[in-house]
Amino acid sequence: MGRKILYQDAINEALDQEMARDDSVIVMGEDVVGGTGASGEMDAWGGVLGVTKGLYGKYGNRIMDSPISESALVGAAVGAAATGMRPVCELMFIDFMGVCFDQIYNQAAKFRYMFGGKATTPVVIRTMYGAGFRAAAQHSQCLYNIFTHVPGLKVVMPSSPYDAKGLLIQAIRDDDPVIFCEHKALYATEGDVPEESYAIPFGEANIVREGDDVTIVALGRMVRFATKAAEALVADGINCEIVDPRTSSPLDEETILESVEATGRLVVVDESNPRCSMATDISSLVSQKGFSSLQAPIEMVTAPHTPVPFSGALEDLYIPSPDKIEAAVRKTAAYGN
Amino acid sequence: MATNLSIEDLLDAYRTMRTIREFEERVHVEFAKGGIPGFVHLYAGEEASATGVCMNLKEDDYIASNHRGHGHCIAKGVEVTGMMSEIYGRGSGTCHGKGGSMHIADLDVGMMGANGIVGGGPPLVCGAGLTAKLRGKGNIALAFFGDGASNQGTTLESMNLATVWKLPVVFVAENNGYAEATASSWSVSCKDISKRAAGFGMPGTTIDGHDFFAVHEATRAAVERARSGGGPSLIECKLDRFFGHFEGDNQKYREPNEVKTIREENDCIKRFSDTITNDSDITVGDLATIDREVKILIDDAVEKAITGTDPEPDKLLTDVYIRY
Repeated sequence: MGRKILYQDAINEALDQEMARDDSVIVMGEDVVGGTGASGEMDAWGGVLGVTKGLYGKYGNRIMDSPISESALVGAAVGAAATGMRPVCELMFIDFMGVCFDQIYNQAAKFRYMFGGKATTPVVIRTMYGAGFRAAAQHSQCLYNIFTHVPGLKVVMPSSPYDAKGLLIQAIRDDDPVIFCEHKALYATEGDVPEESYAIPFGEANIVREGDDVTIVALGRMVRFATKAAEALVADGINCEIVDPRTSSPLDEETILESVEATGRLVVVDESNPRCSMATDISSLVSQKGFSSLQAPIEMVTAPHTPVPFSGALEDLYIPSPDKIEAAVRKTAAYGN
Repeated sequence: MATNLSIEDLLDAYRTMRTIREFEERVHVEFAKGGIPGFVHLYAGEEASATGVCMNLKEDDYIASNHRGHGHCIAKGVEVTGMMSEIYGRGSGTCHGKGGSMHIADLDVGMMGANGIVGGGPPLVCGAGLTAKLRGKGNIALAFFGDGASNQGTTLESMNLATVWKLPVVFVAENNGYAEATASSWSVSCKDISKRAAGFGMPGTTIDGHDFFAVHEATRAAVERARSGGGPSLIECKLDRFFGHFEGDNQKYREPNEVKTIREENDCIKRFSDTITNDSDITVGDLATIDREVKILIDDAVEKAITGTDPEPDKLLTDVYIRY
């Protein structure tokens, strides 16, 4: 067995190793250090959930706090990236992109194309997403699909500590703007992570579990839920294959299509709202390019078309659960049989 | 005590401040016990600001608030039992359990909502001010925001717009020294947030936000100006919070004795009660009576919140649109 560390420590280690390797890598964000200008300790927070803790002690001014000014912060990261640095900018909650989206989709995403291929913008925007913390409607959303829609952005959503480290290292080395989406409920999950540096290429899905009855495509935290559902379904003789795309842009279409070709049945699990989502995008892909493989209608397991409710009783109903995934798999497995 | 407030007004102010304090101290205790879900940001220590400001407002005036919104809600007249139930996520809460601490709103009493987005409120009060101006009913709109939000483009754009459109709006910056864990003395580029007002062509003043009377007087002038068509103003209240940015914050960015010293030496409620018991006919006994009544009110609110029921499952899908 390898070394086990937490998802949040895997992210910290990736930042640490890349900052050590390349002095153009800098980290910026609101309270990524914490305590700047105050009377107490520096590095008091190391990020609101402690993900960047300790980097200040090692790298000093290469990790910097920002005033609460998301447009200026993200825009500065984009500008620094276009002029020779490799900034990793933390947008504390993905919901806050509403404040600074122009700098992401009109600026960062467009530079390379609009400037005739003469610009590179190697910025990484790390951001926390997802429901489950009773954090209510403005701190719980799952908005990676919005970034995925925009040409010029790469969008990553690691589901395990191993992927978090390898994908973040790739994101930092990548010359395009990358939106790196970290699920807040995954930070405290543990997994095998090698100590040495490694990069996981974008656009390569991970087959988390092999099976030949039903394909489940799941993203982010939903990979764990899908795994739980798949384990429960074994007792009924249903063997699920779980495909984790790991990046929604670029998307590994081939692995998804090959899996559906083998199983003939697809369930897509996406924590986001259902309209214009990764669930609809992947369903559309398979309908267009894998129609002849399908032996049953595609099932989507998503959040409902509502904001995220605060009440725990409602939020638990909002989030796609292992039970709902199990039910969807049973439905598609039974179709035509 | 230079004030034209009546004994009744002073007792009302005391009751409001004590209600906020009792509410927040109790939420702190109940949160630590594990009964309260989610992200909670407490207003204790800043009561003189919400109270001194909102005493100048009428029910049809609007306020927009921020993540640290409980005090603003109470001072504007949102009912505390519903608020407490909301914080517990109950169906009987102000927002039927769908909003939570960061999103308590009650438009019927002019409370446009706490807000989870820093700098979310100032643009909204420009809209409320525009409604007031176009309808000509003489009401106004006021935004509470923090030192953190004073650095948001949305806030600065709103100040400019309010001046350009000559809106009946007041901006109240509550500078409690910290934007989350970052010192405002570092993150705000000028010494006083109020200095920024000059750049937008509006009056700006910085006051001691621990001093109820200073807050009340500064707001009275700004509200009068807004109501009479004179346009917007900016008030900066310098004050302190007794608790962390959120419940669970380790507060290592503060010197270990900082909060203890503030509580002992610059508690706005203590300053207020000392003044009114020395300079008016109000007695310590009068205040003790209010304390007891407030405690009963909050005890009852907590009891109702704890024993309340969750929203029904079908409520997950309602309230997204007016019609489906």
